[in-house]
Amino acid sequence: MKSSVIVFPGSNCDRDIAVALDKMQFKNQMVWHKETKLPKSDLIVLPGGFSYGDYLRTGAIAGKSLIIDEVIKAANDGCLILGICNGFQILTETGLLKGTLLRNKKLKFINKDVQIKVVNNETKFSNKYKKDEVLKINIAHNEGNFFTDEGHLNQLQKENLIAFKYCDEKGNINEQSNPNGSLENIAGIYNSKKNILGMMPHPERMTDKLISNTDGVNLFTSLLN
Amino acid sequence: MKLILVKQHQLNLKKNNLKFSITVTLKKDVLDPQGKVVQNTLMSIGLDLKNIRQGKYFEIEVDEIDQAKAEKNVDLMCKKLLVNLIIEDYKINKL
Repeated sequence: MKSSVIVFPGSNCDRDIAVALDKMQFKNQMVWHKETKLPKSDLIVLPGGFSYGDYLRTGAIAGKSLIIDEVIKAANDGCLILGICNGFQILTETGLLKGTLLRNKKLKFINKDVQIKVVNNETKFSNKYKKDEVLKINIAHNEGNFFTDEGHLNQLQKENLIAFKYCDEKGNINEQSNPNGSLENIAGIYNSKKNILGMMPHPERMTDKLISNTDGVNLFTSLLN
Repeated sequence: MKLILVKQHQLNLKKNNLKFSITVTLKKDVLDPQGKVVQNTLMSIGLDLKNIRQGKYFEIEVDEIDQAKAEKNVDLMCKKLLVNLIIEDYKINKL
């Protein structure tokens, strides 16, 4: 499977995701944001970081970069797109995913391992997970507080477009297990065609037992499946 | 003489320049945690208030004589980049 990781000035998880993709046997290429042509890819990753120093709004400037037109075209042609953390923020700024990520409710940057529940395990990104499986994945963000309008929230629920929800170790989804104030504890969502996933947690950081755990591995094996 | 010319040039430039201000605020039903903290702090130092919303402010100069055209341009800037219409409202003022 061929993958491309888009690199913006200020991206800082691009190497991490590249290492994870290499490890999982993806044929990966790094693509600079000023490029106007994408290499042929089955998967495009918008990595985490602080593109353009989070100027204006997180992801706003990256969302207007040259390569983004190509990413939008590829997404509309059905290419798989994964946006992690800042990548998720960029996806909402381009309009590929609806909703937005507000500042964390308690105004603090949060960097810790949290539990998330697999809500939908029937997509290209999640088929190797069990339904309602609880994963321990790292989050590291200041603007991860997912917000959207009522119509979109209804659509997310009706069409099973919620990918992950924050929960506790036992899988309880409540206010205590919501680290950033996200609507309905939402940690990741799909577009209606389910070829685009945006998520705040970092699965690429959970692919090696030596430094963390391997709870993120199945996201990549799902893609290869 | 040179100074006068420079001043005249600056004056001419000013004539063609239209200046606008844009105020961006979070919509009513969007939580504004920064505004809340500012409100709490103001109240804690004895300055009472009902409500506060924190926002952003831009000043834009446009090289244009036609005001309607310039305003349309500025509005497009807001819609395309400066404002996230899902969570923010904006107001354009001619300066």
